[in-house]
Amino acid sequence: MESILYGVQGFMYPNEVELQWSILIVLYPFITGLVAGAFILASLERVFNVEAVKPTYRLALLTALSFMLVAPLPLQLHLGHPERSLEMYLTPHTTSAMAMFGFVYLWYLMAVLVLEIWLDYRKDIVLAARATTGWTHKLYRAMALWSDNISERSLEIDDKVGRFITIVGIPSAFLLHGYVGFIFGSIKANPWWSTPLMPIVFLFSAIVSGIVLVMLMYMVVSWVRRTEIDMNCLDTIARYFMYAFIIDFSLEMLDLIHRIYEADESFKSLNFMVHTKLYFSQVILQIIMGTVVPILLLALVQLVNMSAAARKGLYVLSGVLAMVGIFAMRWNVVIGGQLFSKSLLGYTTYKMAFATREGLLPSLLLLALPFVILYVLVRLLPPWPAKPEANEA
Amino acid sequence: MTTDRRDFLRSAGALIVLTGAASLAWEKVLAGEPEKAPNYEMSDHWWAMLIDIEKCIGCGNCVRADKAENNVPEEFFRTWVERYHLPPADLLHPKEEVLPEVDSGKEGGAGGFPERYKAGDGSKNFFVPKMCNQCSHSPCTQVCPVGATFESPDGAVLIDRSYCLGCRYCVQACPYGCRYIDPRSNTVDKCTLCYHRITKGLTTACCENCPTGARTLGDLKNPKDPIHEFLRTHKVQVLKPQMATGSKTYYNGLDGSVR
Repeated sequence: MESILYGVQGFMYPNEVELQWSILIVLYPFITGLVAGAFILASLERVFNVEAVKPTYRLALLTALSFMLVAPLPLQLHLGHPERSLEMYLTPHTTSAMAMFGFVYLWYLMAVLVLEIWLDYRKDIVLAARATTGWTHKLYRAMALWSDNISERSLEIDDKVGRFITIVGIPSAFLLHGYVGFIFGSIKANPWWSTPLMPIVFLFSAIVSGIVLVMLMYMVVSWVRRTEIDMNCLDTIARYFMYAFIIDFSLEMLDLIHRIYEADESFKSLNFMVHTKLYFSQVILQIIMGTVVPILLLALVQLVNMSAAARKGLYVLSGVLAMVGIFAMRWNVVIGGQLFSKSLLGYTTYKMAFATREGLLPSLLLLALPFVILYVLVRLLPPWPAKPEANEA
Repeated sequence: MTTDRRDFLRSAGALIVLTGAASLAWEKVLAGEPEKAPNYEMSDHWWAMLIDIEKCIGCGNCVRADKAENNVPEEFFRTWVERYHLPPADLLHPKEEVLPEVDSGKEGGAGGFPERYKAGDGSKNFFVPKMCNQCSHSPCTQVCPVGATFESPDGAVLIDRSYCLGCRYCVQACPYGCRYIDPRSNTVDKCTLCYHRITKGLTTACCENCPTGARTLGDLKNPKDPIHEFLRTHKVQVLKPQMATGSKTYYNGLDGSVR
């Protein structure tokens, strides 16, 4: 018993000492946010005709898909009975935000992402099927659903339907990540989570993280492929990054100010927590290093004339800081929400394991997995025109 | 009779598939059959609990009885007792709010509470037994993704262990900290109001073993149950009424400092 109570300050209800949701559940909103954000960036080009971001359109979609496929894995790994998880689809409890999330997820994966990517790539897939033989040929044939039709008319239809799906996709992406916020925001028992702002804060931080991910991926991919970065594209993405970040920051500050001003019964306890156990991850990492500094850096790029190399450097720096900040935000919500007692009289400590089912190691592997999937997807469905070297030569 | 490899594999495969299917079917049969309580009619009852703080002496009998009756794992609690200590007011520097010192003794109060505070020092001291509040608008059942935890028609909040995913969402949703994951089954668990006892006309293990009668099981649908008289003649309160959980665990003499 003494060993269990290690790390406890004040009074916890005896069942509360051990945290229920681990770093895996931190990954879940983080990864889902990347999906939603990457998709919203992709839709800028398709629906709002922001031509400048076109070079990243397909990369953004494939990135979204890679992360989307991994998104449910941390949840699955966390369940006490993973073999029963299908029950959530077969016998869902309609008042449960978690059960309904399953359907939002499926809808988004199958009806939006996969369909949109398929329609966008259909011509390429058919051409690839024609150009290959053997197993690859069979694979591409199957991916084209055994269709060989790439007539003008059929491509027109593809484009029309694709545009329609993107229009449906934007509210779906909002729904997807807003819903993740709702899973936390609707828990009235937990004053750290329970706020109607939660879905919208999650949503905007998701947009930021997705934009940053695609921006960084674009830079890395260009570097690996030794192609020129389209600076107009990069600058445009960075601008959207800044706009979304300013909205996100305002919302987060609104939430914070509101809590401080209202100072309800939970305030003393939460305030103490933010000043002690969460001080580093919330104040230093999330707010100062992860939000204020990158916004200032991005604003600096807007205000001062800089060389392309300097801009690239600042974009990478602010992007990496923002990623760390947004991961810290997910951490502070999920882990922070379990560090204080619902009696508001005590605090516990999160002890992260390493090579256990819910430890750091599986989390790192889960974070690396989307990049492996993305590598395969990029191999199968190249997001850029074939053989750019040949064009340059 | 000679058996070649093909025959062997075929019959072994059939055996595996058939026994698998049969055991699954048998599991369903077993799961579909609730424990027998022939004279119990669910719709005739609406269970509640009455806890009289004035009567609780913090002996921990209820916690021990519950652990034994329900085979509760050592580090978790279906019921526990909290000791509240409100230090004497500083008359020269009065504060708007005095935070209580709370402890649950050793093992959630199961070992009783060793003397810590001096009598007559001007402090306020009392014990608060806690348990699942058997809420009628329970936030835990609301969030369960598969309905593995549910409100039974007789007012008890119960868990189907064979159905629980172990997602822990209900643990987060309970405002009172009543739920835990049983490490033996990896499913959620909490006080069942000794459902196996009350459906046979018995009271709960904690009520049965309370030496002072601080806990009383009540049936709100039974007009002859003394709980009606008690609720009419006492000022009772539920825990965290602002949560609007429809708690059916009523406390007599509950101090405002209790959370």
